[in-house]
Amino acid sequence: MDVMDKLTILTDAAKYDAACTSSGLDRAARKGSLGSTMAAGCCHTFSADGRCVTLLKVLMTNACAYDCQYCVNRRSNDVRRTTFTPRELADLTIEFYRRNYIEGLFLSSAVLVSPDYTTERMIEALRLLREVYHFGGYIHAKAIPGADPLLTQRLGMLADRLSVNIELPSEQSLSLLAPDKKKGSILRPMAQIRDGITQSRTELAKTRHAPRFAPAGQSTQMIIGATPESDRHILMLTQGLYDKYRLKRVFYSAYMPVSDSKLLPAPVDFKPPLLREHRLYQADWLLRFYHFRAEEILEEDQPDFDPRVDPKCSWALRHMEQFPVEVSKADYETLLRVPGIGVTSARRILVARRAAPLSFDTLKKVGVVLKRAQYFITCQGKLLPGLRVREDHILGHLAALEKPLLMDAMPEQISLFEGEAGA
Amino acid sequence: MREVCYEYDGTFAGFLTCVFYSYANREEAVCFQTPEETGYTLWPTRRIDTEEDKAQRVYRSIAPKMGGEAAELVWRAFLTCLPEREVHIYRFLRYGYERGTQAIRDLGDERVYILHRAVRHLGQEAHLLTGFVRFADFDGVLMGEIEPKNRVLPLLRRHFVSRYNTERFLLYDRTHRETLVYSGGQWAIVPVEGVTLPPPGEEELRYRRLWRKFYDTIAIEGRLNPKCRMTHMPKRYWGTMTEFQTDEGVQRAL
Repeated sequence: MDVMDKLTILTDAAKYDAACTSSGLDRAARKGSLGSTMAAGCCHTFSADGRCVTLLKVLMTNACAYDCQYCVNRRSNDVRRTTFTPRELADLTIEFYRRNYIEGLFLSSAVLVSPDYTTERMIEALRLLREVYHFGGYIHAKAIPGADPLLTQRLGMLADRLSVNIELPSEQSLSLLAPDKKKGSILRPMAQIRDGITQSRTELAKTRHAPRFAPAGQSTQMIIGATPESDRHILMLTQGLYDKYRLKRVFYSAYMPVSDSKLLPAPVDFKPPLLREHRLYQADWLLRFYHFRAEEILEEDQPDFDPRVDPKCSWALRHMEQFPVEVSKADYETLLRVPGIGVTSARRILVARRAAPLSFDTLKKVGVVLKRAQYFITCQGKLLPGLRVREDHILGHLAALEKPLLMDAMPEQISLFEGEAGA
Repeated sequence: MREVCYEYDGTFAGFLTCVFYSYANREEAVCFQTPEETGYTLWPTRRIDTEEDKAQRVYRSIAPKMGGEAAELVWRAFLTCLPEREVHIYRFLRYGYERGTQAIRDLGDERVYILHRAVRHLGQEAHLLTGFVRFADFDGVLMGEIEPKNRVLPLLRRHFVSRYNTERFLLYDRTHRETLVYSGGQWAIVPVEGVTLPPPGEEELRYRRLWRKFYDTIAIEGRLNPKCRMTHMPKRYWGTMTEFQTDEGVQRAL
């Protein structure tokens, strides 16, 4: 089989993996070696589904020994199978990288023969790139659960980021749908990677030349919508992963109907829960950058997201006693909790009000978008001039802003708030 | 104060020389013209020849008066496509000399926020292009073209020179007709009238096809969202990107 066919098959098999970021690490190019990395990451293009393409995202092989029900590469699925040689993969990466198509390589794999054998092949490809081609670009590698810890260690020395997929949001779902995988075998490498990163950091503090283990950190992903867990359950799990395993990112992937297994939603008329995935990412942002806790975002009596508005608006509407916030006085933390004000806007407000008194006009010039924020702030003690709205109508106004998003996701429910929108 | 229109050579040093003479002659600059864009003005026109030492004096005065960030802001603002950018920068400088280090933070003031906004636009375009630039290999030399609104080459330079320090490359800016060239540890940004790329070889065509195949395959059919793609990657960038061209170099139907 030629490289074109292999690339097609192994890209097609890798595309359901949500994570495609090249962030978390600033590394200037070493003189005489090709490649560098940027902490902010860099999108090289966007595919037709609107997702950022930054890394050459492929599988080493799609010939899998496992039979996970939700996965296109499961043993029982009738698809063409193939495997890259380490040399083919290294050449593709280098030639794509030279042309600025990509930021590096995202190498994942099905389990070929055994986790150890698969990891060895991945290590060989990465070793070629790093030690023979002296490649300094970004490499994200999947650690294969069940592989020997020494192999995972070696993989982390070659890669910038490692990830282990948690696959599904609960142990019951995992044992039901992925009988070959065990919760323990997923969490073990996660803990190993966490400890490896900590140790490597400690050694780096002592000597600058200490080897770096997964310097861009660790991430994971899970499939949502294939199993019955609530949003609150997923968010609590996410928070636990951030707290306990110090992950950089948790990715969510809306289940795509790739199987007609009786254990999964029937593929006929199944719509992937894209809006739910979007709300989960919004909440994930609140956890990582806005100092929210999962328990605040979704309370026990309301375990699922309100699809109509984003989680921060939803939280604010339940806590109207904390609003309006006076923007000329409020501290950074309080500003961050205002719907519509993000990290950038909050910082700009702090800068601008030091130089001159704030006004709504200034806010607009500074680039603070008032669409959502207007209902929750005062400036010099006054609400936005001309704004007259009853507290119980705010939800309708906020939901109206989300209309384009909701139209695609749940057209039948649009009428619910149509009436309030014009007020 | 007398209001005048300055005619200068379009360089940053030339602009700073104008600023120098506006203070030396106690004049207020209300418009700037370059040899490329002369037209009628209502104001008396004065020709200013670039004087490197005067320009240096002005530039060196900015950081102590209004902070290092302001000097950076002014330099960057000069690269933007903001209409009448010289006048806006000039107004900011006047305000800055008066107000001091607080000037750059006064985001509510028109003279300040216009520059910030323009520079943000420049920065965003440069950031997008670090990803969207496409090179092609011609006998071991990498060549690429871009068509940006702002003059981004000075901002892209550091990134590409570092990343491709083992390569020889050339990046041509069609809009501003200048080229970044790099070879053997040396770089330069030089004005060029036009660049015609040679026809691609077999190897180059092979990698282009592989890349297009990858691009087409990586999208998930069930999630197609052309609008979202357009938001993140406006169409004006597509013209120089490999994945949207055919082998013959014309726009590909998608």
